[in-house]
Amino acid sequence: MNYLARRLVRAVLLLIGVSALCFLFTEMAPGSFFDEMRLNPQISPETIAALRSHYGLDQPLLVRYGRWMKSALHADLGYSIAYNTPVAPLLWSRAKNTLVLTTTALLLTWMISVPLGVWAANRRGGLLDKTITLASSFLVSVPELVIAVALLAIAVRWRILRVGGMMSADYESLSAWAKLQDIILHLALPAFILVLAETAVIVRHVRASVLEVLGAPCVQAARGFGISRARLLFRHVLPVAANPAISLLGFSLAGLLSGSLLVEVVCGWPGLGPLILEATLSRDLYLVIGGIMFSALFMVGGNLVADVMLLAFDPRIRTEAMDAH
Amino acid sequence: MRTRTAILVALLAGSHLALLFAGFFAPYDPTTQDRALPYAPPTRLHFKDGSGFHLRPFVYAWTSVLDGDQAQSYQENYKEDHSHKYPIRFFVSGPSYKLLGIYETSAHLFGVEEPGKVLLCGTDAYGRDEFSRVLVGGQISVAAGIVATVIALLAGSILGIIAGYYGRWIDESLMGITELFLSLPWLYFLLGVRAFLPLHLSTIRTFFLLTGVIGLIGWARPARLVRGLVLSARNRNYVLAARGFSGSDFYLLRRHILPETFGVLLTQAALLIPRYIAAEVTLSFFGLGVNEPVPSWGNMLSALQQYSVLVSYGWLLAPACALVVTSVIYSSLADVFHSRLKSYST
Repeated sequence: MNYLARRLVRAVLLLIGVSALCFLFTEMAPGSFFDEMRLNPQISPETIAALRSHYGLDQPLLVRYGRWMKSALHADLGYSIAYNTPVAPLLWSRAKNTLVLTTTALLLTWMISVPLGVWAANRRGGLLDKTITLASSFLVSVPELVIAVALLAIAVRWRILRVGGMMSADYESLSAWAKLQDIILHLALPAFILVLAETAVIVRHVRASVLEVLGAPCVQAARGFGISRARLLFRHVLPVAANPAISLLGFSLAGLLSGSLLVEVVCGWPGLGPLILEATLSRDLYLVIGGIMFSALFMVGGNLVADVMLLAFDPRIRTEAMDAH
Repeated sequence: MRTRTAILVALLAGSHLALLFAGFFAPYDPTTQDRALPYAPPTRLHFKDGSGFHLRPFVYAWTSVLDGDQAQSYQENYKEDHSHKYPIRFFVSGPSYKLLGIYETSAHLFGVEEPGKVLLCGTDAYGRDEFSRVLVGGQISVAAGIVATVIALLAGSILGIIAGYYGRWIDESLMGITELFLSLPWLYFLLGVRAFLPLHLSTIRTFFLLTGVIGLIGWARPARLVRGLVLSARNRNYVLAARGFSGSDFYLLRRHILPETFGVLLTQAALLIPRYIAAEVTLSFFGLGVNEPVPSWGNMLSALQQYSVLVSYGWLLAPACALVVTSVIYSSLADVFHSRLKSYST
């Protein structure tokens, strides 16, 4: 399909651009991982120089970038200095947990905000609509960090959910069913924080796009035929309103990933977040670049999924794609 | 609508004045430690004692009851010492500070006699007054948000104007770069850029580094908005006419095109400032921003990363409340600006 091929090429170009940007920034960096060693009188400057050349840090920018590209093609994404292993497997072991958290949060967010948004638009100006609008505009303006800390405080104080990490200490001794239950109980708090923050954003957009469609002539006509309200909303309005909502999916993913980094650190969820933060603090350059690349990869992947969905749901895009052909 | 705007502007001005003159409104120095009073709860304001009702509120001093056992909750650690009253006095002299960073003075809005202490938001682990720290820390956090916004809007509008006005390949390459910046989750990007810069610096340098980094990442969205506006304004008939009368590029931009972007830029500023305050707070919370002992809302909140502190000492959430209030004011203002802009354009 021409449309998808173009999207795919764009995604690859975007990833290459992001990696180039990362390397440009490393060039500007005055410090490095070995700064701490330099302070240690027991390590000679020669040792540090040898280490630097061992990791290829003394090479010019283009050479380093070329080497990194080669290693990226081998699915290594460079070498972590602090962990002394290739970056990609290390990140992947954590990225799985981030994916579990963000996918759960994403699905829940959409499952909650689409019906809420449609409902609010349907009863425009009603009590429910006003409550939803007010609550969402308040939640949108509260920083995610505050939501996370506040909910964490509530959860810890009243011992509602399991807090910290992904599994209990006795995880290994549990049965398969209890293991799943344990993970879900740990997942609940970080996922809830993310869902709360994201729903506030998305409900507004769903409501606005449904409202716009409700005024369209085709809907007026359908109403004139005496179609029931529920059928009107879900069969006639929602598919038309889906386009802007699905386009939003791509954008909301960026917010979700940033939010998940924060929530992971606050709640101790062993995802990419704590790893990247640690790498930032120890200036483990390739691990940080790898983390940014992983997040960009998720974003690009999510956007591709949104594009495919758009193609499936919106006939207008299909004909556009045909025309462009 | 008008009254709502007026109320919001008054709230905004009031809160910023409170932060600007933080030294005056804060009863204590934000960095002075009192090792005898770690995690002291907020002092209660009393109006009644044995002899009846007093119009002037007074406080009692905290005496620690049980030393060494910090795991207990605060009620068991501190008790009010009813033997001596400390009435609250206004316009008192206290620890000296520099008003606006220049004028040395020791005047404070309120305070009590030594050795009594009025702790509106309790104290932190080192016995520092949380209320004073919220005010002084707010100076840094809010200023960081404002400076970062100015940087982002300045860079964004310059590049947006260039892209929109000159068009062609400049436009295409610049918009390609904005897509790059917009397609990254900002927090990952922020941490990444921060990783490449030195960690431990003086407060001033950290401040400008942080605001620079935050602004650098945020230029893309304003650039896109401004570009769109300039693009549509460029081909208006009056602009074309002025060009026909041999108006220079600079004149056209300054006289006809730039004024069209002001409304959008103002709305963007009101949207971006709270977001960038939150960005500074997040970085400092992670230990990548402003370092102790200088307070900022972020590094004050980072004490709450320990669950025991989070549960036992709820008053340490004060900076979070201040952050929420600031954010809500700014974003309501952004809503007002936005709806005004809409009503003008239709």
